[in-house]
Amino acid sequence: MYALIIDDSRAMRRILSKIVMPLGLEVVEAENGQDGLDRLEEMEPPEVILVDWNMPVMNGLDFVKTVRADGRYANQKIMMVTTETEPAQMVRALMAGVDEFAMKPFTADVLVEKMKLIGVRLPNPVSSNE
Amino acid sequence: MSVATLTPEAINYVCTTVRARSAIELDVSKSYLIEARLAPVAKDNGFDSINDLIQALRGQRQLKLESQLVEAMTTNETSFFRDQHPFETLRKTLFSEIKTRNAASKSLNIWSAACSTGQEIYSIAMHLREHFADLASWKVQLVGTDLSDDVLKRAAEARFSQIEVNRGLPASMLVKHFQRNGLHWELKPEVRNMARFMKLNLIERWPPLPVMDIVFLRNVLIYFCPETKRAILEKVRRVMAPNAVLFLGAAETTMGLDAGFERVQSDNSVYYRLK
Repeated sequence: MYALIIDDSRAMRRILSKIVMPLGLEVVEAENGQDGLDRLEEMEPPEVILVDWNMPVMNGLDFVKTVRADGRYANQKIMMVTTETEPAQMVRALMAGVDEFAMKPFTADVLVEKMKLIGVRLPNPVSSNE
Repeated sequence: MSVATLTPEAINYVCTTVRARSAIELDVSKSYLIEARLAPVAKDNGFDSINDLIQALRGQRQLKLESQLVEAMTTNETSFFRDQHPFETLRKTLFSEIKTRNAASKSLNIWSAACSTGQEIYSIAMHLREHFADLASWKVQLVGTDLSDDVLKRAAEARFSQIEVNRGLPASMLVKHFQRNGLHWELKPEVRNMARFMKLNLIERWPPLPVMDIVFLRNVLIYFCPETKRAILEKVRRVMAPNAVLFLGAAETTMGLDAGFERVQSDNSVYYRLK
């Protein structure tokens, strides 16, 4: 079981990995939406995808639309983790098929709570972050 | 401001004052909490340290400052839809049960005791709007109470930081029930106006309350000694309707304290029904 973390910031990928790994999920990283699609083609579907919005090559919204258009990922859990805080943008993300939305900056417990909220299976749900 | 370690006399003063005013039990093991909570109070009132603040209070009783100290020490942590499970139980079981039981009166009263900044009672308000059909034709009273004037004022404003709305609140409900205003998020009036707030110290004389169908008293009793817990539970019972239910925190129970409640396990949550 793994989480696919898609963010163009290496520092942010590292922060997210440090939150996710104690929960018992392995981590696969991607630098942008297209890179994320490539990782998905190579592997079994992840337990959850944490995806940024604003990235070069392919942004998070286009990534989500592409994934949702593919029947193999109809039940894929996707959470957007982004600096976008405009309600209209959040609605766009939800309409595109995002299950949940976390605004940066966030704390570890916010992310864990939201993953539980959308039913992400966590092998070790009580992490040291809680 | 100096962060000198609190003197034993200062800790003792805080523990004694908080116990006298709120019945909440603190001891020396909570000195880290005392320092964290009182540093802003000392700073806001122009003291160089918490020890100076307490020395001033010990020298001459100043009720307003003393209240600030007690409120700072008794403010509860809260978040939207905290622990999730009680809200699932409301949706799956209790809302429909109450709709049947109160069909004649079409009234529903819910109390969030020690409501802090209001996230719990507003979560219930949003939940009702989403899952309680025919809500408009019912008389619904949602009451939040706390002993702190400061948090009650904030609760009534219904204005939350980004960090606060990030915690526990599904994004779909955020965009539906809130509007952004700069760095803050404000509850829309139709939700905000469903709740009202009043000052109530659980260990003092209570103001009149409606007869409650559901009471949330979560993560409050843990701070009290058994004798005070019994006294509070007895008073809570008196404001509950027949068959009304009480939600406590996960680490709390009425068992061994009050025989007037029956423990009910429902899905992943536990509540206590009035016998």
